[in-house]
Amino acid sequence: MPAPLFTLLTFAGAILAGLLGALTGLGGGVVLVPLLTLIFHVDIRYAIGASLISVIATSSGAAAAYVREGFSNVRIGMFLEVATTLGAILGAFLATRVPTRALGVSFGLVLLYSAWLGRRAHLDDGSPAKFSPWSDKLRLSGTYPNGRGGEIGYRVDRIAEGFATMFCAGTISGLLGIGSGAVKVLAMDRVMRIPFKVSTTTSNFMIGVTAAASAGIYLKRGYVDPGLAFPVMLGVLGGSLLGARILVEARVSVLRILFSLVIVALGIEMIVNSWIGKL
Amino acid sequence: MGRLLQFGVLLASTVVAVGGLLYVRDRAHSVVDYRSFVSRPVDLRHPDQLFHKLTSGDSDMLIMLGVLLLVATPIARVVFAALAFAIERDRLYVAISLFVLAVLMFGLLHGA
Repeated sequence: MPAPLFTLLTFAGAILAGLLGALTGLGGGVVLVPLLTLIFHVDIRYAIGASLISVIATSSGAAAAYVREGFSNVRIGMFLEVATTLGAILGAFLATRVPTRALGVSFGLVLLYSAWLGRRAHLDDGSPAKFSPWSDKLRLSGTYPNGRGGEIGYRVDRIAEGFATMFCAGTISGLLGIGSGAVKVLAMDRVMRIPFKVSTTTSNFMIGVTAAASAGIYLKRGYVDPGLAFPVMLGVLGGSLLGARILVEARVSVLRILFSLVIVALGIEMIVNSWIGKL
Repeated sequence: MGRLLQFGVLLASTVVAVGGLLYVRDRAHSVVDYRSFVSRPVDLRHPDQLFHKLTSGDSDMLIMLGVLLLVATPIARVVFAALAFAIERDRLYVAISLFVLAVLMFGLLHGA
């Protein structure tokens, strides 16, 4: 394919991936990698390299907005980044050793799991929140604005389990070049019982740092190709900013279900194509 | 902290966009193929090579410089968080931030 046409098509595809990623809350990489590999027939190593770069851009861009609103907890983020960055290094090492077929199948499975996680509604049973005695000792307890000028306090629970889940999130991120935001939110919201809004904003904050940990290994292995990284990074960033704007203005529950189905279809196609060796 | 992130992403995107325009101009009549993987590694331990190619007007390297600026953005955030904790005299979190920074530097410099 001629280089200018390829660049233009990848750019358009990356905008779409960023848009879908923002609307489903799963992140651009989850749509981008299947798009590049299944439709543009890009080698999965180039695809995850370009995706990782776009993940850093969107995370840092989106996180900036939340920092000012006072939802994200910098201490929880930094504490758990110990787990995610170590995991990310392990994941990036694995990515360079695992056969590409296995990478494709793992990606498909993570897609299906993410779609399932995103589909489940957030449960808040209103029972008195349990918390670990270490929450205060590690200074992880915090407050967030309640929207009426006051603050709501919270403590965290099951710190070791949350830390371990975060290590897995980091490994997935480094292995597949995605933000793995769904698993990060799972670790904070479900495992550590951190309020949902604090979990999602802190997760957004952590994704860029996690991805930066594996970026050096990707660069050194030549996974980041400039001709692919440039339209992908700019496209996904643009698409996700657009998606964030639509999210504020529109009710997207119907769209969300529709897009989750798209993600499930992509996941199945990734697994099948990798299995028969077409990827 | 939010402004730092925004500035980093904006700066990196601008450099990548300029590099990208030059890239498309340079390759107006060439053909690309990403079906097969050919590793073209960037060794961060030898930045002098990168700057040598940059000064000779290599559009690929300009894009890679933008990518490096982007990777540096979250790392800079960790550095600034460490400083903020130091000002608050929160020794535990200064240590945690420095540990995260050490892991990040390991990934960048000793990867693979």
